Amino acid sequence: MTSPSAPLPADAIEALEEASFLRDTVRAFRKNRMAMVGLAFVLLLVLGAVFAPWISPHDPYRVALDEQLLPASTTYWLGTDNFGRDVLTRILYGARISLVVGIVPSLISLMIGTMMGILSGYLGGRTDFVVMRLADMMIAFPSLLLAMVVMYTLGANLLNIFIALALVGWASVARVVRSQTLALREKEFIEAARANGTARITVMLRHIFPNVVPTLIVLFTLAIPEAIMWESSLSFLGVGVQPPEASWGLLVAKGKEYMFQAPAVAIAPGVAILLTVLAFNFIGDGLRDALDPSMKD
Amino acid sequence: MTAPLLDVRDLRVSFELRRAGDLPWTPPRLLHAVSGVDFTLAAGETLGIVGESGCGKSTLARALIQMVPATGKAIWRGETDLLSLSPREMLKYRADIQMVFQDPLASLNPRMTVGQIIAEPLRTHHRGLGSAEVKTKVKAMMDRVGLLPNQINRYPHEFSGGQCQRIGIARALIVEPRLLICDEPVSALDVSIQAQVINLLTDLQRDLDLAMIFIAHDLSVVKHISDRVMVLYLGRTMEVAASPDLYGAPQHPYTQALLSAVPIPDPAAEREKVVIPLGGDLPSPMNPPSGCVFRTRCPRAQARCGEEVPGLAGGDHATACHFPGPLEMAEIDRTPA
Repeated sequence: MTSPSAPLPADAIEALEEASFLRDTVRAFRKNRMAMVGLAFVLLLVLGAVFAPWISPHDPYRVALDEQLLPASTTYWLGTDNFGRDVLTRILYGARISLVVGIVPSLISLMIGTMMGILSGYLGGRTDFVVMRLADMMIAFPSLLLAMVVMYTLGANLLNIFIALALVGWASVARVVRSQTLALREKEFIEAARANGTARITVMLRHIFPNVVPTLIVLFTLAIPEAIMWESSLSFLGVGVQPPEASWGLLVAKGKEYMFQAPAVAIAPGVAILLTVLAFNFIGDGLRDALDPSMKD
Repeated sequence: MTAPLLDVRDLRVSFELRRAGDLPWTPPRLLHAVSGVDFTLAAGETLGIVGESGCGKSTLARALIQMVPATGKAIWRGETDLLSLSPREMLKYRADIQMVFQDPLASLNPRMTVGQIIAEPLRTHHRGLGSAEVKTKVKAMMDRVGLLPNQINRYPHEFSGGQCQRIGIARALIVEPRLLICDEPVSALDVSIQAQVINLLTDLQRDLDLAMIFIAHDLSVVKHISDRVMVLYLGRTMEVAASPDLYGAPQHPYTQALLSAVPIPDPAAEREKVVIPLGGDLPSPMNPPSGCVFRTRCPRAQARCGEEVPGLAGGDHATACHFPGPLEMAEIDRTPA
């Protein structure tokens, strides 16, 4: 006996069949208001960073010692810093570096960490031992020192910041992904795939990875602010972005010396970091829900 | 007579156990999950395997497809010993032996569509197939197991338990196996849904000439579907017989105790029924009793049972017991507590 198929109107049956993963995901994402606000903010920021020279009437590097630490006015919307440079303009220019430094190394360490974590957790044994001891070494070594060594030996430029941050960041991602993989490995659907003779690489790519994605999104949104702050630490120590170049981390670090005369110099770039992080968090939440088949209505 | 589809000889599975904090040179303790099980299975036949939880039913099934390491022989079609194959050689046979799992939802990847799930064995074993062909086959199979082919793009969580088990069955049958191993396929389902799934399985078995190994702890489910039934206790066979013989005239005291525990859906008959109580717990498989493993709970145990391991004797209705035969009322009262 086969189950009675409930009679459905023809158009409903058509609709069932037409489901497409990509379209469903985009639709679910667009329904999430907060995620859309976050996306809009990030897009605005990117546009602002790219078109900064046309948007702002000020030069971010021009020193005007007679205009030091001015309060907010109609000319300087957020005031000026200790060299008389417009704070808002420097934030816009700083976004160029901070956004890239926030996103690119996070993506790199996420990619390396995911690969290492899944391999380590799924294959186990010797692979697991080697990868995890490597990760232990990375975590045990003072990360700031490690990043500084990289910057000193390779030189202070943007590419080397990426390398340094990815080197520091992959280990903790690998740890989290490994533990997820270990839990997934015991699930019956993995056993079903193995009983079938599904190749190990296929099991890892098609069964483990999609189930790790929600965790990766959370890790990614957490990694962005961390990377921005790391960049500021490196810049502050003189091995990151070099002044007069602007990055948000550097603006906060330099600006906090004038906290009492002109708080906006430090607080404005701090708020920029905060808002960006929030925006990415909203996007991440929206993405996570949109990618989860069981969250769709 | 042609060779049976599967001929299992002296199958043994043991696991090495290390306690946390054991020194590296301490020898691991052995847990004997399956100790010397023999059976044969003809094409199209159903063998039911019953026993308490922890008796090695599932381990036995997993050993056959090299999911757990085992020793002994499992001869496929009189030619190949499945247990001696390398993983690469085994791959060929995985299409012939498919498995249906206990938890319908957990055995389906939550992030794959039904179509992708059912098609996966095809993608492993028939790489040449184009995606249009795969889709046609998947839809035909969905129809065959009683699912709407139009639901091909839905996700597992959108289906009920019974429907999920149908998806699991479709995934197993899409590569046209000769043997289907069902590991408690209905124990997670409602009784009414159980009947539907079992009827589906028997229909499919008849149409596709499938052999089945049907594992369950529910004796009435096994009775309905099996040609022969094997009773396991602590990794050893206690009794094997054709289903009507085993249910009609159980010889082993353990089988009798199991059968007496099955409720009868008639209050009057249920009150009249004599239940054989089994005292104590299942002994640890790390330290099984000497001689007959069942003797610690057997109402008929005698000195000989502790000294000599009873062999499986009796031809078509085989029993591993020194003193087989129906229990008397007087013996039942003597059951060790």
